[in-house]
Amino acid sequence: MANIQIANVSKTYAGDIHAVKSVNIDIADGEFIVLVGPSGCGKSTLLRMIAGLETITSGTASIGGKIVNKVEPAERDIAMVFQNYALYPHMSVYANMAYGLKNRGTPKAEIDARVKEAVRMLELEPYLDRKPRALSGGQRQRVAMGRAIVRKPAAFLFDEPLSNLDAKLRVSMRGEIKQLQKRLGTTSLYVTHDQLEAMTLADRLVVLNRGEVEQIGTPLDVYHNPASTFVAGFIGSPAMNLVNVEITGQTIAFGDQTISVENRTLPQGKSTLGIRPEDLRLAQDGSGFAFHVDYIEELGAQRLVHGHASGTPLTVTLSSEVALPEDIRLSVLAEKLHFFSAETGKRITA
Amino acid sequence: MKKYIDHLILIIGVVFMMGPVVVAFMTSTHDAAEIHMQGLMTTWGGHFAETYDEVLFEKGGFTGQVTGLAMLKNSFILGIGFAVGKIVLSMLAAYGIVYFRFRMGVVFFWMIFTTLLLPLEVRILPSYMVMSKLHLIDTYSGLIVPLLASATGTFYFRQFFKSVPDELLEAARIDGAGPFKFFIDILVPLSRNMVAAIFVIMFVYGWNQYLWPMLMTTDESFFTLVRGIKQILLVWVGSQIPDYNQAFALAVLAMLPPILVVIIFQSWFIKGLTESDK
Amino acid sequence: MKRVQFSHPYLPYLFLLPQMAVIFIFFYWPSAQAIQSSFYLEDPFGFGSTFVGINNYTDILSSSEYMRIAWFTVWFTVLVTFFSLSIGLLLAVKADAILKGASAYKTLLISVYAVAPPVAGLIGVMFFDQHIGPFVKFAALFGWDMRIGINYYDTAIAMITIAVWKQIPYNFIFFLSGLQGIPVSVREASAIDCRSGLRRFWTITLPLLSPTAFFLLIINMTYALFDTFGIVDTTVKDKAANNPITLVYKVYMDGFRGNDLGGSSAQSVILMIVVFVLTIFQFRFLERRVHYN
Ligand SMILES: Nc1ncnc2c1ncn2[C@@H]1O[C@H](COP(=O)(O)OP(=O)(O)OP(=O)(O)O)[C@@H](O)[C@H]1O
Ligand SMILES: [Mg+2]
Repeated sequence: MANIQIANVSKTYAGDIHAVKSVNIDIADGEFIVLVGPSGCGKSTLLRMIAGLETITSGTASIGGKIVNKVEPAERDIAMVFQNYALYPHMSVYANMAYGLKNRGTPKAEIDARVKEAVRMLELEPYLDRKPRALSGGQRQRVAMGRAIVRKPAAFLFDEPLSNLDAKLRVSMRGEIKQLQKRLGTTSLYVTHDQLEAMTLADRLVVLNRGEVEQIGTPLDVYHNPASTFVAGFIGSPAMNLVNVEITGQTIAFGDQTISVENRTLPQGKSTLGIRPEDLRLAQDGSGFAFHVDYIEELGAQRLVHGHASGTPLTVTLSSEVALPEDIRLSVLAEKLHFFSAETGKRITA
Repeated sequence: MKKYIDHLILIIGVVFMMGPVVVAFMTSTHDAAEIHMQGLMTTWGGHFAETYDEVLFEKGGFTGQVTGLAMLKNSFILGIGFAVGKIVLSMLAAYGIVYFRFRMGVVFFWMIFTTLLLPLEVRILPSYMVMSKLHLIDTYSGLIVPLLASATGTFYFRQFFKSVPDELLEAARIDGAGPFKFFIDILVPLSRNMVAAIFVIMFVYGWNQYLWPMLMTTDESFFTLVRGIKQILLVWVGSQIPDYNQAFALAVLAMLPPILVVIIFQSWFIKGLTESDK
Repeated sequence: MKRVQFSHPYLPYLFLLPQMAVIFIFFYWPSAQAIQSSFYLEDPFGFGSTFVGINNYTDILSSSEYMRIAWFTVWFTVLVTFFSLSIGLLLAVKADAILKGASAYKTLLISVYAVAPPVAGLIGVMFFDQHIGPFVKFAALFGWDMRIGINYYDTAIAMITIAVWKQIPYNFIFFLSGLQGIPVSVREASAIDCRSGLRRFWTITLPLLSPTAFFLLIINMTYALFDTFGIVDTTVKDKAANNPITLVYKVYMDGFRGNDLGGSSAQSVILMIVVFVLTIFQFRFLERRVHYN
C-alpha cells in the first residue's frame, strides 16, 4: 500500500506536442482516483508515466514516498489493466496470472496460493486452463484484473478497462471493480472518458482537459460545484445547459427574455449561466420564461425535453406524467444556478 | 449449365498442371527400352521398385559417384538448413529493429532493405569469387549461408512484430520481463504460426535452388537432387537409349518432398506466400 | 514503430549482428566487386587486370548478339507474364465461383509451385523430346517438325510453355486469395446491381483485384527475368550458341564459360539497374496491398 504523488508532471512529445502540462495530484493511500476527460486530453499519457511506460519530461512521480522517475516499470510495484487486456494469447489463464510472479522469483507454492485466491475472488475457477481466446470479453477482463491482483502491488493502474465491454457488462464489472478495490484497499488510479463510470467509481475525480487539470474533488463536489464551463459540460448527463447572459441587479437577461432572481447576490455584467436540466421546472402561467419544445425523449420515469428559449437551445428533465403543449414556460431554482466568467470560463464564486 | 463449364475449365486446368507430374511418375515405373519405343506413359509399369532402388542406392546411376539417397540427404540439408537459418537470422534482426530504440536502427533497416534490389542471379560471379576466397566451395555452409543474405524473412517478421499489440510488451515489462525474456516467453511462442508458414516457403525455396549449388559444388558428394538434374542432361547427350526411366525417377524424387510439404501444410504455405510477398 | 521500445547499449546490435554479417560478406562485398570489375578488363590468363572505363558497357550495348538476347528476353518476359497471369486469373475465378470440390481443385492447381525450375525444365524437355515427346508427335501430325534445342523458335516455344506452366500456381494463389478477400457484402451488392456476370467481373471484380494484379505483374516480370534460369539451362541442353537464352543466362555463360569477368560484371550491373527499377515500382504500389491479419 502506498500513496502516490504527482508533482508538476509534464510530457512533451517530439514535435512540440504538450500532452500533459504540469499536473499535480496527491493520492492518499487506499484512495480510488479516477482521471476523466475527453479523448486525447492526456489521461493515458499521465497514467503511463506513472507506470514507467513513458518517460516523464519534467516533474516527479513518487510512489510510497520514493521518486520513481528512473525506476523500471517492473520495479515500481504497480500493476496495470489495459483497455484491450493485453493477455498473453499463448498462455493459459493460470500462466497469464503467474507470469509476473514467476519473473520475480516468487516460490511456486506462493504463486499457486495467490493465483488460486485471486481466481476464487473473481470466480474464474472453471477457466484456469483456458487460453484467452476461449474466454468471453468479461472473463478476459477478469483475468486481466486477476493478473493485477496476484502481484499485491502498491497501486493499481487502470486504462479504460471496461470500454471494450457491452453496456450491461460494463455496469456490473464497474461494481465488481469498486468492491474489489474496497476489499483490498489498494491505491488505484483509473482512467476513463465515461463520466458516469467516473462518478460511480471515484473517491475523488480528476478532470483533465488538454493536458491540464481542470478540477479535483469528490464526485458530488465536482457535480455540484463545477470549477469551469468545461467541467460543467463534461460531468453530468444530460449535460448542464450553458447560456450567455447579462446581469443587471437581480435580473438575468438572455436573448429577449429576462429572469428575476431573489435571495441571492449575482455577479454583475456578462457571464455564462449554467443550469442542470433537472433544475429547471414547469412554471405557472405567466411566470418564468417562454420555452418552445422541439422534441421529447422518453426515458420511462422521466422525459428529456429538448427545445429553445429565445434562440438558446436548452434541455429540461421533466416527469412523464403531464402532457406537454408545444409552448411552455419554465422557471429556475435560484440556488442551483452556476455562474462562469465569460472570458475564462472559470466559476465565479459569489 | 454455367456450372459445368466452370468445372470443365478447372478440370482442363488440373490436367494441364498435374498431367506432366503424373506422367513423369508413371513413366518412371517403366523400363528404358519400353519408353524409348512407346513414348511417355500414363499407366503403371512394373519396374517401380527396380528403378527407384537403382536410383536411390546404386552408385553410378548417372555420375558414377553419388547415389540418389545421398542427394536426397543433401537436398534436405539445404532445404531445412536454409529455412532454419532464415528464420533465426530474420527473427533476431526484426526483433532488434522493431523493439529497440537505437540510432543505427534505420540505417540497418535500409541496408537490409537494399538486398531486395539485387537477386543472387545477377551477382553470381563475384559471389563465387568471394566464396572461393573464403574456401567455402564444396561445403554445406557455402551452400546455405550466402543464400541467407536477403531481406525477405526480415521483412516478414518485421511486419508481423509491428502488428503485435503494443500493450503486450507493456504488460510484459510490468511483469518484469526484459528483452530476452520477452522474446523467448512471449514473442517466439506468439510467432509460431508465422514461423511455420515461413518455414514451408523457405524449405521449398532452399530445396529448389539450382544455380547456386551448381556453382558452389563440384564435389559430387555435395550434390542435391535438383543439382543432379544438370548431370542427367550431361550424360544424356550422346547415349543411344537414354535412361529415361531413371531420369524421371530422379525428377520425381526431386519434386515429391516439396510438393508434399506444400500439400500437407497448405494453409501455412498460402499464408506464408501471400503475406510475405515472395 | 512501437510506442514503447527497449533501450540498451549493445543488445540491438547483437540481435542484428548475424544478419548484417551475412549481408556484408555475401551481398555487399560481391556486389561492390561486380561494380568494380565491370570497369576492368581481366587478363584471360590471370595476369592482372587493366582499367578500361566504360568500355565493357559500350562493348555490350553495341554487340548485336547482346541486343538479340535482350530482345528475346523482353519477348520471353512479356509472353510468360501474359499467359501465366491470364491462365492463373481464369482458374482462380472459376475456382472461386464453384462450391463443390473447390479445395480439391485448389490443392491440385497449386502443387506445381513446389517443382524446381530445372525439374520443370527436365519434364518439359521430355514432353518435347525428339523420340518420346507427345508434343512433338502431335506437331508432326500437322507436318510441323519440332526440334527442341536445334530450331531457335521451337526451343523458344518449349521454354515459354514450361515457364508459364511453372508460374501459374503462384498467380492462381494470389488471385484466389484476392478474390476471397472481396467482402461478401460487396459481392451481394454487385449481384443486385448488375445481372450480367461478365459485366460484373469487368466492372467490380477486376478493379478490386487490380492491386493484386499489379503486384503480380512485377513479380512475374522478375520471375521471367531471373527465376527461369533453371528452365533455360535445361531446355538449351548446354548448346546455347544458336538457341534462345535470357540475359541472366548470358551473364552466367560469359562469366563461367567465357571467363569474361569484366563483360559479365557489366551485364550484371545492367541487370541490377533493371531490378532496381522494378523493385522501386513494386514498393511504391505495395503499400496499398499489404494487409496483415
Ligand atoms: N507517442 C506519441 N507521440 C506524439 N504524440 C502523442 C503520442 N502519444 C500520444 N500523443 C498525443 O498526446 C495526447 C494525449 O494522448 P493520450 O493517449 O494520453 O490521450 P487519452 O486522454 O488517453 O485519450 P483516449 O481517451 O482517446 O485514450 C494526444 O493528443 C495524442 O495525440
Ligand atoms: Mg487513452
